[in-house]
Amino acid sequence: MLIKHPSDIRSSEITDQKLYANRREFIMAAGAAAGAALLSGANRVLHAAGQPAPHGRKLDGVIKSPFSAAVGDEKVNTWEQITTYNNFYEFGTEKESPSMYAKALKTEPWRVRVDGECAKPGDYHIDDILKGQTLEERVYRLRCVEAWSMVVPWIGFPLSNFVKRVEPTAKAKFIEFNTLADPSQMVGVRSPVLRWPYTEALRLDEAMHPLAILAVGLYGEEMPKQDGAPIRLIVPWKYGFKSAKSIVRIRFTERQPLNSWQESQPSEYGFYSNVNPAVDHPRWTQATERRIGEFFRRKTLMFNGYADQVASLYSGMDLKRNY
Amino acid sequence: MISASAIRWVLKPAVFVAALGPVGWLVWAGLTGHLSANPLSDLTNETGLWALRFICITLAITPFRRLTGWHAAIRFRRMTGLFAFFYGSLHFLTYVIADRFAGLDFPDGIVAWSTVVNLAVSVGDDIYKRPFITIGFTTLMLLLPLAVTSTAGWIRRLGGKQWQALHRLIYVAALTAILHYWWLVKADLTSPQRYALVVGALLMFRLVWARSRASAPVRQKSATT
Ligand code: HEM
Repeated sequence: MLIKHPSDIRSSEITDQKLYANRREFIMAAGAAAGAALLSGANRVLHAAGQPAPHGRKLDGVIKSPFSAAVGDEKVNTWEQITTYNNFYEFGTEKESPSMYAKALKTEPWRVRVDGECAKPGDYHIDDILKGQTLEERVYRLRCVEAWSMVVPWIGFPLSNFVKRVEPTAKAKFIEFNTLADPSQMVGVRSPVLRWPYTEALRLDEAMHPLAILAVGLYGEEMPKQDGAPIRLIVPWKYGFKSAKSIVRIRFTERQPLNSWQESQPSEYGFYSNVNPAVDHPRWTQATERRIGEFFRRKTLMFNGYADQVASLYSGMDLKRNY
Repeated sequence: MISASAIRWVLKPAVFVAALGPVGWLVWAGLTGHLSANPLSDLTNETGLWALRFICITLAITPFRRLTGWHAAIRFRRMTGLFAFFYGSLHFLTYVIADRFAGLDFPDGIVAWSTVVNLAVSVGDDIYKRPFITIGFTTLMLLLPLAVTSTAGWIRRLGGKQWQALHRLIYVAALTAILHYWWLVKADLTSPQRYALVVGALLMFRLVWARSRASAPVRQKSATT
């Protein structure tokens, strides 16, 4: 008989057979893994440049602000640079991720919940927040903690205008901002790289400073999604991560809130995070910065060049300890 | 089986050209504006990633050879190892230029002796000061002697045993490369974790293989047929 009875097969043959199958499986798995790695590499490579935001609605009645940075030899960065190179972890941790994934963000209708130590808490519709505000163009430097920077022509209005309107109580010492954290619109929120919702806070007197604004646009148009549409904070003398994007909640507190970055790496990200060339981050030297679009690095300026306006907020404070 | 001359005249040149692909692409993309808004940082990051990938590929050759029984795979190991060193050196060069040189003051103009001195001091300071740079530099310094002794002449001079012992430094380099990546990431550890898994699996394979060989010498013999 040619057909072997199962008991005729020597056990060593079975082992070999299994080993053979394992080998094949291993090779196929390794091949598949290598293929996947190559494809993801190619995908990354092809998208490295990101996708500039489509142009949005023009904003009306925008005036030039006397508070814009004296730009001098500093060129304003391009729309393409400002909308393809973003840190907005809710849409992924690569710089180009927000430009690819922020399309999924629904910005209408948009409400901001205001609560905590204030006389007029509530859910404020964005149109209501903007009512009666004169929009200004503020050309500000933006300095990232990763030692790169841009110059951005934001459109917005003083944060203090809104704060006054909701009447913080005498107990309010801090103001906390939350970014939207909706995993159905924001792919990055599905992984726990930071504590969501993204939380950043200021001392109330910092928030009342005329340089701090709520921004709703740039280059005269409504805010692109990857830059924090429809409304975001801009605090130009602090590292970029302090300026929360796509804000859905503003809370007034008596105690100092714990910020998302501060919680993730307390030794690296302090509460204040003022731009300060004399205090190095353990991984990035803060003495110089690469302005996007330039080769030679610029010297980083104290308070990002806004020392004349804001240094008095911190008089008497040890800025090495309160980093 | 692929003949020795096919490996030498077809396969090896093909792998060589493929391995130059990433740097070719980076140069092309850099010149034509296909990198991000921060192209200098892309150059540093991509060359660093390719150095790490070639370390992994080099470490994968022995397991691949054992599992497939295709022993000629060993003929590619020197090349992939040298490419790890090549991309590591490019990576270091982009760092020296974009991170250090571009941040210097030029009190006597750019073409001056003081520029050389200041650059050396700036690189040295940084290697001393920032832990992730220290460990990255260590990785490159571990690969350097392996690249130098990769020739047939050096294998002869050192003798097979010593040469092999020296080249086990690649295991250490793989681990320090992972550490370098781990330390430089801000919050999202996904990518360094993936590479750590790959390197871990490749090193584990060696342990398991060595152990199974030690415990079953007889079976091992018959399995090589
Ligand atoms: C051959 C050894 C090395 C390997 C395998 C390696 C690997 C890597 C990897 C995988 C990255 C991350 C890329 C990414 O985030 O996409 C990286 C980034 C980096 N490496 Fe290395 N590296 C090595 C040597 C060095 C050396 C010698 C230096 C400098 C002395 C260095 C400095 C840097 C810097 C500055 C970054 C960018 C960090 C940032 O984005 O801020 N590396 N390297």
